[in-house]
Order: sequence, then C-alpha cells, then structure tokens
Amino acid sequence: MLFVQLSDYLAQADAIAHDARALLDSLDPATRLDVAKGQLNALKDERITALQGALRALPPGDRRAAGVAFNTLKADIQAAVDAFLARGSSSASDGGIDGTMPARRTWRGSLHPVTLVIDEIGEIFRELGFTVALGPEAETDWYNFGALNFPPDHPAMELHDTLYLGDDTLLRTHTSPVQVRTLQRYAPPIRVLCPGQVYRRDFFDATHAPAFMQLEGLAVDEGISFVDLKATLAEFARRFYGKSRRVRFGPSYFPFVEPGAQMDVEVDLNDGKGLRWVEILGCGMVHPNVIEAAGLDSEKYTGWAFGMGPARIAMSRYDISDIRVLYDSDVRFLEQFAR
Amino acid sequence: MIVSHEWLKQFVPHTLSAQEIGDLLSRHCVTLDSIESTGADLSAFVVAQVVEAGRHPNSERLWVTKVDDGSGTLLDVVCGAPNVVQGHKYPFARTGTAMPGGLVIEKRKIRGETSNGMLCSARELGLGEEHDGILTLDTDAAPGTPLVQVLPAGDARLDLDVLPNRPDLLSHLGVAREISAITGVPFGASSDIAPREHVEVTGWVGDTEASGEIATVRVEDSESCPQYSAITVKGVKVGPSPEWLRERLASIGQRSISNIVDVTNYVLHGFGQPVHAFDLAKLAGATIVVRPTRDGETLVTLDGVERTITPGTTVICDAERPVALAGIMGGRDSEVTETTTDILLEVAHFEPRFVRRVRRAVGLSTDASYRFERGVDAYALGDVAMTTAVLITQVAGGEIVDAIEVGDAPLPASSVRLRVARVASLLGVALPTSQIAARLESLGCTVVSATGAAVTEPDVAELLVNTPSWRHDLLLEVDLIEEVARLGGFDALPDEVRPFRPGNAPDHPLHVAGRRVRSELVALGLAEARPMPFTATGDDSSPRVRNPLAEDEPFLRASLLDTLARRAEYNLSRMQGNIRLFEIGNAFVPRGGRLPREEVRVAALVTGARRPPHFTEPNPPAYDRWDAKHIAERMAGAAFDVPEVTFAPGEGDVVWRVLADGHGEVGTVSRVALDKPVWAGEVWGVELTLGALSSDDVAAAGKHLGAQPGAVPDALAVMPATAPGAAGAIRYRALPVTPAAEFDLALLVPEGTSAADVSSAMRRAGGELLERVELFDEFRGAGVPAGYRSLGWRLTFRHPERTLREKEIEGRRSRLLDTLSAELGIKPRAS
Repeated sequence: MLFVQLSDYLAQADAIAHDARALLDSLDPATRLDVAKGQLNALKDERITALQGALRALPPGDRRAAGVAFNTLKADIQAAVDAFLARGSSSASDGGIDGTMPARRTWRGSLHPVTLVIDEIGEIFRELGFTVALGPEAETDWYNFGALNFPPDHPAMELHDTLYLGDDTLLRTHTSPVQVRTLQRYAPPIRVLCPGQVYRRDFFDATHAPAFMQLEGLAVDEGISFVDLKATLAEFARRFYGKSRRVRFGPSYFPFVEPGAQMDVEVDLNDGKGLRWVEILGCGMVHPNVIEAAGLDSEKYTGWAFGMGPARIAMSRYDISDIRVLYDSDVRFLEQFAR
Repeated sequence: MIVSHEWLKQFVPHTLSAQEIGDLLSRHCVTLDSIESTGADLSAFVVAQVVEAGRHPNSERLWVTKVDDGSGTLLDVVCGAPNVVQGHKYPFARTGTAMPGGLVIEKRKIRGETSNGMLCSARELGLGEEHDGILTLDTDAAPGTPLVQVLPAGDARLDLDVLPNRPDLLSHLGVAREISAITGVPFGASSDIAPREHVEVTGWVGDTEASGEIATVRVEDSESCPQYSAITVKGVKVGPSPEWLRERLASIGQRSISNIVDVTNYVLHGFGQPVHAFDLAKLAGATIVVRPTRDGETLVTLDGVERTITPGTTVICDAERPVALAGIMGGRDSEVTETTTDILLEVAHFEPRFVRRVRRAVGLSTDASYRFERGVDAYALGDVAMTTAVLITQVAGGEIVDAIEVGDAPLPASSVRLRVARVASLLGVALPTSQIAARLESLGCTVVSATGAAVTEPDVAELLVNTPSWRHDLLLEVDLIEEVARLGGFDALPDEVRPFRPGNAPDHPLHVAGRRVRSELVALGLAEARPMPFTATGDDSSPRVRNPLAEDEPFLRASLLDTLARRAEYNLSRMQGNIRLFEIGNAFVPRGGRLPREEVRVAALVTGARRPPHFTEPNPPAYDRWDAKHIAERMAGAAFDVPEVTFAPGEGDVVWRVLADGHGEVGTVSRVALDKPVWAGEVWGVELTLGALSSDDVAAAGKHLGAQPGAVPDALAVMPATAPGAAGAIRYRALPVTPAAEFDLALLVPEGTSAADVSSAMRRAGGELLERVELFDEFRGAGVPAGYRSLGWRLTFRHPERTLREKEIEGRRSRLLDTLSAELGIKPRAS
C-alpha cells in the first residue's frame, strides 16, 4: 500500500473500523473465545499493521493527523472487543468467561499460633505501659536460680528439671533471668514483658516439650503493691478473654515472689463442659532477695511479676490436643493460621 | 498429697463438704487438683421403720415384717437378720434398687412369703465388712428419708498440689491446722489415739548415745541425723489391722499390709512423720548405729533391690551391718514379718539436704524421703514417737519397754519483725494491727508488739512474731505478709488500676528487628515455624546438653537452617513438596567462654512451586536461586532498615554472602542439602544474623550496672546509635515533571565480567541524569561469540527541568559504549 493522500488514509481507517464492528456483530455471543480472538487477531495482523506501516508513506505534514486517526481506530476496536468480551462473561454457561473460576493467587504466609498468642498478649501489655526485654537462653545458674532466691539444693529445684551445659551453666528453665538482667541494667521504674524460649528436662510427648515459650512480665518502682498486680493482671484478663470473664487470685509458690499467687480465669475450653476456672498465670510480689540480688534497695523498691505459657493458651484457643504439632512444622498445620 | 475428708475431721471437727473444704484450701492455702468420691454410694436407699416383726411360718431363721418406707402403704418384707426389732429404723432397698454388688432387688417369694424389698446390713450397703445383722439407724428421720441424710457415709479424697515451701501440709494434721486457721473451727484432738502412756525416756538432749533396758542407739553423724528416737515394743502379735485402721488407709488409697506397718503408714499420713519398724530380733546387738558409710557397703532394701550405699554419706546400721537407707527405706533383712514379736520403732529427723543427696544417688524416692527432704516438725518428734508406740500396743498388743531419745531439736527460730506500715505498702491496703495479729495467731504464731504494748493498742507500729516449729518457710517479714494476705484472701484486696510511671527499659532492638522481618516474610508467603532447637550435628566445640533426654539430639544448633532442613524433610516424607518455612530464633555459636555466643537469627527455607497452581498456569515454576536472593533482599532490608542489600559470591553450597549497608556480612543464601525424595525440587535457604544477645553478667551478683563507673543505665543511653527507622529513613523525592528518555543496549560481555561490574560502569559513565539501569535479558548462543554472553539493558535518562534532546541522548549512549569497551572489553551486539 502506498498512500500519498491523507484522505485516502483516513478512509482506509474508517473502512477497517467498520469491518471490525461488522465482524464483532456477526459473532455469536456463544462463539468460543479463542475463535473470536483468532478472527480479531487476523484483522489486526493484516490490516491494522499495514495501516500503521503506511504512516511513514504519508507526507510528514500529514502524519500527525493520520496518527491521531490511527490511534482512535485502535481505541475504537479495543472498546468494541471489551464490550464483546464483557457480554460473554455475563453468561458462563454459554462459553464466555466463567467468573466462578478461581482467582490467580499468591501463597499466603502465616504466623505460628504461639506467636499469634504472644502478639495479642503483648499488645495488651503494651497498652498498659510494658516494653519488651530479651535475654540469652544459655544462662549461668546464678541468673537462673541464685539471683531468683532459689536456695541451693532445695526441693524447689525439683520443679525445674534442668538441662545443664556445664557445671554452672544451663539452659534457662524460665524467662525470669531476663528480669534480673533488666533490673541490673536499668534504673526503676521498670515495666517489661519478657517472651522467650525456656527449657525443661521433660520427655517430648503429647503434653510436654523440653523447649517451650514462656511470657513473663515485671513491674518495679517505688510504691508498687499487690493491688497494682491484681489490677493490671485482671485488666489483662478482661481484655484477653472478654469483659465479662470472672477472675480470681489464689495462693501459690515460686521462690522469687512473696506473696506468691496464681490467677484463674473462668473460661470455656470448648470441650462441652461450659465455663470453668482455669489457672492462667503465676504471679506475685518480687521477693526482696531478688531486688537485692540486682543491686537495688528492697526497702525503697517493690514490684510484681507474672509468668505464663502461651503454648498452653494457644492449644486451648485453637483446639490443639497434641503439643508436638506446634514443633513438627507440618505445612498443612501452619497454613491453617494464615490470615 | 492425698487427704481424706473424713480423716481431717479427726483433727478439726468441721461440718463442711469435701468440695467446700477443697475450695477454701484453694482460695487460701494450697491448690486442689481434684476431688474423688470414695466409699459407698447410698443415694439409692431410704430410711424405713419396721412396724411389725413376726416369725416366718416356714423358717426358724427368717422374719416377716411390715415396713413403712414412707410411701404410704406398709410393705411385706422378709428378713433374715437376727437383730430385727419392731419399731426400729433400718436402711431399706425398695424393689428395683440396684445394690452395690450389682444385684437388683425384686419382688419375690421367700419360702412362700412375699418380700417387697430388703432391709440392709452395712456390708450390703458397701460400708464395711461387718455382717452381724442389719444396720440399726439411731435417727429421728421419718421413713422415706434418703439414707444419705442420716448416714454420713461415703468419703472423698482431696488431691492437693502441695508446693515445696509447705511440707507441713504433707499430713492430715497439717491440712487440718490450715482448715482451722481459715474457718476458725478450733483445732481438735485426735479420737483415734488413746491417751499417752507414761514411759520413762532415756537419753538426754545433746547426747549422741543412749541405752535402755534392751536397745542402744548411737549417732556418729549428728549433722545428717540431728535427732533419733527409738522405742522398743516387746510381745507384739503381727496380724491384720483392725477395721478402723484399714479404713483410714483405704480412704487415701493405701493398701493394708499388717498392723505394724499400717500404724507406721498411719502416722506418716496422719502426722507427717516417717516412722520405720525394725524386727528387733534381727538387729545385731539390739543396737542402732548411725554412722558414715564404708567402702563397698550394700543393702537389700524392702523392695528387694540390692543397692550400693552412696560413699561419703551416712547409713543406719545395727552392731554389724547396714539395716536402712536413712530417711528413705528400710532393709529387707530387718523387716517386720509374721513371726516378729519384738520391734524397734525408729522416729528420727534427718537433715533435708543429706536425704536429698542420698535419694538422688540411689534413685529411690519414697513417702519418707519426700517429707524429710522438705523438712519435718522436729519439735513433734518425741510425741509422735510415743503416739506411734501406743498405737502399736493398741492394734498389735505388746508392751513398751524402752524409749530412747538421742540428739537435739534445732534452736527455735528467732522472732520475725513485722512492720504494720510495710503490710499496708506491700499489699496496697491498710489492715488493722489486731487483724494482722489474729491471722498470724490462727496459724500457731505468737505475736507481741515490739514495745510490749498490747497488739490491740491503736499505735502499735511493729510486731514481733514467733513462728511455729512446723513452718520452715516463715523466715522474713514478707513471708508473714503473705500469710496475712492469703488468710484474708487475695480476692478480698481491691483491684482498681492505679497510676504508674512509664518504664526506663526500651524495647530490645532485636525484638523490634525480628517483628519487622516477620511481617516481611509473611507477606512473601512464608509460614512461621517454631521447631525444637536441638540437633544431632555438632562436634567437640559445639554447645552440648550434658543430660539430654533425647540422646540422639544432644547439641544446640549453630544454624537455624539446620533445624529448618529437618522440618523440610519431615514435610517431604509426608508428600508435601511445597514448603515455605521461616523461623526467628537463637543459634548457639561455639566460642571460648563458658557460654556460647548466642545470636538471634532469621532463616527461611523454600522449595516447590513459586506460586499456587492456577488453571492458566497448571505447573508454576519452582523456587530457584533468584527467588532465594529476593527473600534475602527483603529480609535484610527489613532487619537492618537499609535501602540497599548487596551480595558477594559464596563457596560450596553457599551461593551468596549477604551484605547490608553498614552492617557488613549479615548472612548467606544457600542451596540446602537434605534427605529428599526424587520428586522433590531444589531446596533454597537464607539465614541472617540479626544480632547477638549478650550472656555476659550485666553486673556482679548483688550489684547494679548504675553503680559502676561510666555506666549510664537510662533508656536513651542504651538505645542503638541508629534508632530503628533512622538509618533507612525514607525521604520523598518530588515526582518528575519532565519526560524520560529510554534506550536499550544489547552488550557482548566477556565471561567473567559480572552484571554488577557492567551496571556500575554504566552508572559512572551515564552521569547524574541516568535515572535507572535495568537488566532485562541474558543470552548465550547463536550470534554470540564463544567466551561472551549477551546482556540486554534498558537505561532511563531524565533531566529534572527539561526534555532531553536526541543529540544529548546519543552522546551519552556513545560515551557509555566507549567506557564499557575501554574498561571491560564490552562491545555492542550487532542486531
């Protein structure tokens, strides 16, 4: 094709647009998509490409006007094709686009259920003024026991069946060493939450694991009392379990707190037995010997602390009966926690 | 600790139900783990009155009675008991009642007379072995009253979770004391125990050796055995225990063995004092010697096991050889048997740490060792010894001959100072002094004011408290405050939120970095795993658990990818080929010190399809190194908050070493070798170190960092120099208002010249107007000479203020090509 006249070019563009519309009108809506596409492509390949190439054959002064016409033509045809396709998709059964077909997806990531619980608890304590402290998992026995008022060779140690690394080094049996490290490092007031892995010499079975997550909290300042402990932990329980949940505090024993207590919450464990009291955490007023071990004056400073097991909470929350699935890392398990 | 609800009443005559007792203890003292009903279930029976009783016409031993069971009609009941009396009341099973043995009572004829139900004996009700006749009820209750209302039969076992600080609760006596303190019901004397006989005790306080008429006791190690009491009872008859004693032991699930052994168990569970009975005839020289062990000594204990006696400890012997593991278990050779006639009762006090050491060495924990390790009431020893002996004579006959006491009870603890104001400041609420004193007194403390004034005086500021001998845990002021608080109940304290000051400790930077990385990886479609950090791989320098439970995995991991690889194998063995795992956790890197260097790391492992299959793409491409590189970029970018992450070539399985601006090398991208099935794809791993957690002592024991020169322990001083968000702070650049000019270059690049070399040369040569350099193609083959590869680049130039002229772009293009040619030997590829 060789056009010398702009008018010829424009006429040709009109003709193509007309033919394209005619072609689309002639297509039955039930025409299979690939057939329709084939015919449109033929039109495009043969005539539109030729028309595009013909632009160069026009006198330079006419090229701009011709270019506009060409672009309009392309846009018109595209609009007509879109309209045709849209008409097809409205009726899946007749061979157009089946809108019920699945979307093109990407993989969904997920957080571990224990992390979900720690995060949720962490958010609540953040609102109550707590920051996060970390410490090493391989510890000295002074940080794990001595500084925490465990008398040497005392039956209290029986509650902490310990994995030892050396004569006086071990894998921490609780996150409480982080409390001591924090107390030694910072000046009160201190309000920290310490999440971390802890270790016990337990067989790995459906209800025990030799390594598991623990979450502790510590508040130390002048004038801190048991009322602050109760108030903060009860507030946490109401936010975590629901406003109407009942909370109670009973006696307990941990060498590093005195008075020692535990908090029970009336919860439904989804086992058909309804509401019942479940021990959620251990707590108490920080023992003066612990405050002194960190080089602070126990007459001036008092505090409270608590500790809980987020894995247990995750298990009851997500109906997990065997603790081992938390460690197996089966992708079919982990995927269930994608959000 | 299991206690019987009924047995407790022996010490404190309360009227509360087992559940009520359990609840009270849980609220004030010790957690109740469970309650189990024991004994008979009498709910099916009623009280009935025999209105008429006459001889059975066809039997000499049977009675025909008319029974009022409250139903309104008198029932004909045939009864075989010799003790049926007109007008008396008895337990009655109506027709249809299922008996404890399973038999269902039906209307039937007995020797021609109809019987509508059964009058029951104690045995028939499951209440005991007595079968002398039907059980006569001494009651005013009307016929038809449920039997349970008049016969308080049935018991309950309370399982209490006694913690190590309260060994005084390891007996019925101790639990009863608490119930008395909590409820105010006075602590009562024991009805099982007859009055104490008077027997002259030989031996004096402080003596280490004493002899009676028959027996001799010598203690050579009073540190391990501060007190030893031996009572000799002659002429006992070993046999079954009486009903009451068997029932007491059955009520806590203990089997009856013989009257002598049962008494020792009764005393242990009733009073918390372990007692051992020797057959006196089998003690050489009728002598007990508590002495240091000798090399190679062994003893066959009651359980029939021959045990080596721990060297360097203390053992109980007769005149010749060991006869008991002190505080743990007696020997078989001196055991009380059916033929025993004379016994020696050992009621002693062994030092807790000593018993604990031997118990651990022998690996044998008993009811006795459990109590000795936690501490018994040393002041009760003499009384318990005599009570035991008296009980023996009651149930087995015999005569108390010798009572020997050797050693000395510890000095009473000094009194504890308790400031009334400290109670208020620690509990957060002020309590009246008199109430504080009353609560402590209910526990057996004696309380006086420090000034000598009555504790009821209004201005008493300080109390002096003497604690009871059975409470080893009341040593400090704060221990007493706990007693005051728990007796009143923690629930009684207010719980309003009071103002607090914000803390000085900032979020740990590694926690912050970890959270950022975590969100990034979840967004990339990875799933967080939390595997166990133990591993089978390690060498002599690796941190290792000395006493692992799983011998096959004794090491602490030095790499997170190590554990993730095992988790990938787990998934592959379950036919899961699409694995995308990540973990943030600690790795333990060997170093010289006593603790390993502990690093918080993040690792990701991917294998399988890069995207979920879709009908438009049924077989998506598999993850390859370029995906792993992307994960590393995103991970490092989030972790270190840096705009640019660079990569250096690695060696072996390590494909790249990852470098973050200002942090140096932070990790690796590697091909992960693991045990995989043939169908599985390549496995890629990324592992970065976020930072180290110091395990150095913050300060010396008992010291604060602030006390050390140069230490500034406030929040801002310990914040990282570049606060999170500062280093990689995003700055907005104004959007371009001028058009960009682009051109493509196909370059023949000599093998050995990296794409990074090319792009940095282009950036240098392109000048400041070069906005973007993009690599879009790599090609080897037709048209590309050997020793070269073709790289396709798209370059974008832009002038901030005006449109670039074609000439300017051309100029840059040729300058670029010149530079590339001169510096790197690169030529444009002829198209």
